[in-house]
Amino acid sequence: MRRLIYFILAFVIWILLTWPFVDGKIDIQVTVAGVIASAVVSVLFSEILPKEHRVFISPVRVFWALVYLPVFFYYMIKANFDVVYRALHPKMPIKPGIVKIKTTLKTESGITALANSITLTPGTLTVDLTDDGFLYVHWINVKSDDIEQATKLIARRFEWFLQKIFE
Amino acid sequence: MTDIIGYILVTIGILFDIFGCIGLVRFPDVYNRLQASTKCVTLGTILLLIGVAFIHGWGSIAAKAIICAVFILITSPTAAHAIAKGAYASGVKLWEKSVVDKYAEESKK
Repeated sequence: MRRLIYFILAFVIWILLTWPFVDGKIDIQVTVAGVIASAVVSVLFSEILPKEHRVFISPVRVFWALVYLPVFFYYMIKANFDVVYRALHPKMPIKPGIVKIKTTLKTESGITALANSITLTPGTLTVDLTDDGFLYVHWINVKSDDIEQATKLIARRFEWFLQKIFE
Repeated sequence: MTDIIGYILVTIGILFDIFGCIGLVRFPDVYNRLQASTKCVTLGTILLLIGVAFIHGWGSIAAKAIICAVFILITSPTAAHAIAKGAYASGVKLWEKSVVDKYAEESKK
């Protein structure tokens, strides 16, 4: 089941990258090569690919992922204006530091998505994470070094969505 | 019409890339520089690629541009995370005006 999902995913990416639709016909050679390549990838690497493959087939999770995308982009654009402001301001109003936050997410993909979301949003960059669900985050403008308070400010807004997508 | 949207997106993307580079030069230490480079350059490059997709219309180039945007969105923060951790592990200090460093306090215990 898992291999089949990753096979389809790899094949879709192959089709999009090679685009075998020449003059309304499908290029058989490219398609066959794609089937072989996708099969090899899905058989050889299914062990190291993420274990949360059910995300791709559950309509509810896909729906929440689609809802998450615009929310994430909104925060990302906000983050960019924030960093641009700090970079261009003559006095450079930064107050950096590394704080610790706690996440309630359990799955590997969920934590990865959270860490990546944190990195791409306002003034925060994930440095390291521990096995028991703590993340060390470099914050360009430290507002609080308390774990609870920092978690609330940095991670809450994403956790709620990621919980629905991955858990 | 889609051409104009495409060119506007490309322009905004290039502007963000430039601001990211200015931040890269101006910020004091490696962690702050990573902040500027990952955020601005990721958004800038994604906007650039979406702009290219708009200019060329639906087809092979747009599909490739969108795939590249998705992969940049996934890999760029991961790479930043790896660089930050690697810098910390090899002993790069935080800027002297940094206010807190929980990571050092925890690893000493």
